Amino acid sequence: MAQVNEAMVRDVVKEILAQVLASGATTAESKPTILSPNGAASMTLRELGEAKQGASPTEVVIALAPAFGDKLKQQTITGIPHAAVLREIMAGIEEEGMKARVIRVWHTSDVAFIGKRGAELCGSGIAIGIQSRGTTVIHQRDLFPLQNIELFPQAPVITLETYRNIGRNAARYAKGDSPAPVAQINDQMARPKYQAIAAVFHIRETEFVVPGKKPVELEVRFN
Amino acid sequence: MAKRQKRFEVLDAREVNKDGFVTEWPEVGLIAMGSPNDPQPSIKVSNGVIVEMDGKKREEFDFNELFIANYAINTKIAEEMMALPCVEIARKIVDINVPRAEVVKIFSGLTPAKIAAVMDELNVVEMMMGIQKMRARRTPGNQAHVTNLQDNPVLMAADAAEATYYGFDEIETTVAVFNYGPMNALALLVGGQVGRPGALSQDALEESIELQLGLRGLTAYAETVSVYGTEKVFVDGDDTPWSKAFLASAYASRGLKMRFTSGTGSEVQMAYAEGKSMLYLEIKCVMLTKGAGVQGLQNGSISCIGVPGGVPGGIRAVLAENLVTTCLDLEVASGNDQTFSHSPFRRTARLMGQFLPGTDFIFSGYSAVPNYDNMFAGSNFDSDDYDDYLLLQRDLKVDGGLRPVREEEIIEVRHKAAKAIQAVFAELGLPAITDAEVEAATYAHGSQDMPERDKVQDTKAAQEMLKRGITGVDVVKALAKRGFTDVAEAVLNIQKQRVSGDYLHTSAILDKDFNVVAAINDLNDYQGPGTGYRLTGKRWEQLANIRNAMSPEDI
Repeated sequence: MAQVNEAMVRDVVKEILAQVLASGATTAESKPTILSPNGAASMTLRELGEAKQGASPTEVVIALAPAFGDKLKQQTITGIPHAAVLREIMAGIEEEGMKARVIRVWHTSDVAFIGKRGAELCGSGIAIGIQSRGTTVIHQRDLFPLQNIELFPQAPVITLETYRNIGRNAARYAKGDSPAPVAQINDQMARPKYQAIAAVFHIRETEFVVPGKKPVELEVRFN
Repeated sequence: MAKRQKRFEVLDAREVNKDGFVTEWPEVGLIAMGSPNDPQPSIKVSNGVIVEMDGKKREEFDFNELFIANYAINTKIAEEMMALPCVEIARKIVDINVPRAEVVKIFSGLTPAKIAAVMDELNVVEMMMGIQKMRARRTPGNQAHVTNLQDNPVLMAADAAEATYYGFDEIETTVAVFNYGPMNALALLVGGQVGRPGALSQDALEESIELQLGLRGLTAYAETVSVYGTEKVFVDGDDTPWSKAFLASAYASRGLKMRFTSGTGSEVQMAYAEGKSMLYLEIKCVMLTKGAGVQGLQNGSISCIGVPGGVPGGIRAVLAENLVTTCLDLEVASGNDQTFSHSPFRRTARLMGQFLPGTDFIFSGYSAVPNYDNMFAGSNFDSDDYDDYLLLQRDLKVDGGLRPVREEEIIEVRHKAAKAIQAVFAELGLPAITDAEVEAATYAHGSQDMPERDKVQDTKAAQEMLKRGITGVDVVKALAKRGFTDVAEAVLNIQKQRVSGDYLHTSAILDKDFNVVAAINDLNDYQGPGTGYRLTGKRWEQLANIRNAMSPEDI
């Protein structure tokens, strides 16, 4: 049966990637993604030292899980390149006239705690937390870790368009608006198809967790 | 392959091959039972204190092990019970001549590794025999999920009424959008009491909000209090067994029923299984629940079912965790509550482990709505499967907790629930529900059939419900004032449970007259043919009488 091996994963990723690009799931602004040799869209993440407490009310933090963007295959569970994901979220934030600030969280791979930490460090108190497999949350600094403003728990159904809308909504919350929540697809069959694979994905990401290490400021350059 | 064999092409297109499977990876705990890293059973008790358990000295215990050693094992008999061979204990579980109480006593003295080893002696049919004898309440029951993609309160009330009318003893909702929490709890409470007075309702949310809604009488019980088998996963959630036990006490102190939640696969899903098997870690969760003094547990993998479902022997392990829960004398709400497979065969086979022997709640969430509206990400069976489920009961003469219904009854009960929640919204000053919405909810299949509501207004109003301090008593007043006297009475009776606290007993549900049915007055006494719960008399007639069977007079 569909036992997962690397060749199969690669095939699936290739197929989905082709679909994503062909279906125009990328919005007008995000030009066709340039793929690097390993199949991922390319971007460079440079560490700028420990992430400081932000003061600007116009910033929205994007907090990346330990492996996001520069480790493993640099793609979500459905093969969307991390660079494309990050670019859409940042574009969504900027569209609303706010500033995106990217940090890396090291001490946990749990998306709720990643988002919460980002929100605490953010001048506006709003952050987006995201894992390598694509699971995403919009968090706010005054909420409990397992609360959230909006949670996108089903990574397999999140499209690039959704990521842009997540960025846009986060920016609106930061401005004090109450936007309608981002429309979500609820695919109940994502579990039987992806859950075991998602577990393996998360285990691999968690191998990069560094207990006690403080979040780091990142500079993002899209190539 | 350049050329495909045609049968394999057909096989590849089958539903089952849309499921995702993975190979075992024991080093990280991606193994259902019997990981090479699972410890060997052992125990040493000195002066009433466990000084060694499963190959570890007391000073090496992590906090889960310390909690289990301190609170979940009867040290007076532990050494004696641990000395019994695993296969002998396994046989006692299956043997109809050994009463339930004896097995409960033995299990009170076992360690996690010993229990795991006992489970490994049983095949699935023997496990089912075990559950038939070991579940706490004699009468089996069932629980439903009632949610919708739009958090539409009118639809939710109508769906809750339909669910309890079918016979679910407990109904559970959650939110699509977090801020809807209080409003969903309200819709579920009112609708549920319309369908069948005495049904218990809950709203799965972030723990502190969930507790608040319970304290305010907008819910009648809780189960979304999760425990985990490794210290690291607990710490990741800012929790310990003690903090969970404290939360459990908060519920108990206010007279609210509650159970914990756990399940195989959660630790490996969160990447901290420490190389242990899923079942071994889950047994620790069951013991933590026992140690915390909580009356019951929802398990059977629950939201992680795709993980054990993806490895060899995984569904056997899931059945074993339900059995362990019953052997430790806890209420079990036994899973079957999440989409598990694309294949109807796999879905049904997975259900049989709990359906045939019967459990306190066979599903801990049968989806009483179409799966597209299920905000727990779908269930193993949904509202489109009702007739299949009713036929399974009728074919096999098994009480799965539901009864056949007639279309006109469902229209009536949905309409009444929608009218009742319309009245409550008006009385409490919540955003108005129109007659068109009531009509749509009465006849709807799901949220796609509902007119859109103003979500910004609804979520604001939902949050204001908390600020304004709206309680169950306000709901009773609103219903009474608008002439829904029977519903008002039912909601009031739910509030009264909080004072009497009788439904805090193990495996408690309420009948339609608000009598408690629990392991204290309806203890499972199964000991083979002629004993235990028997589907006979009026109840069997009811289940046999499906709506689409032809009688001689019809010809």
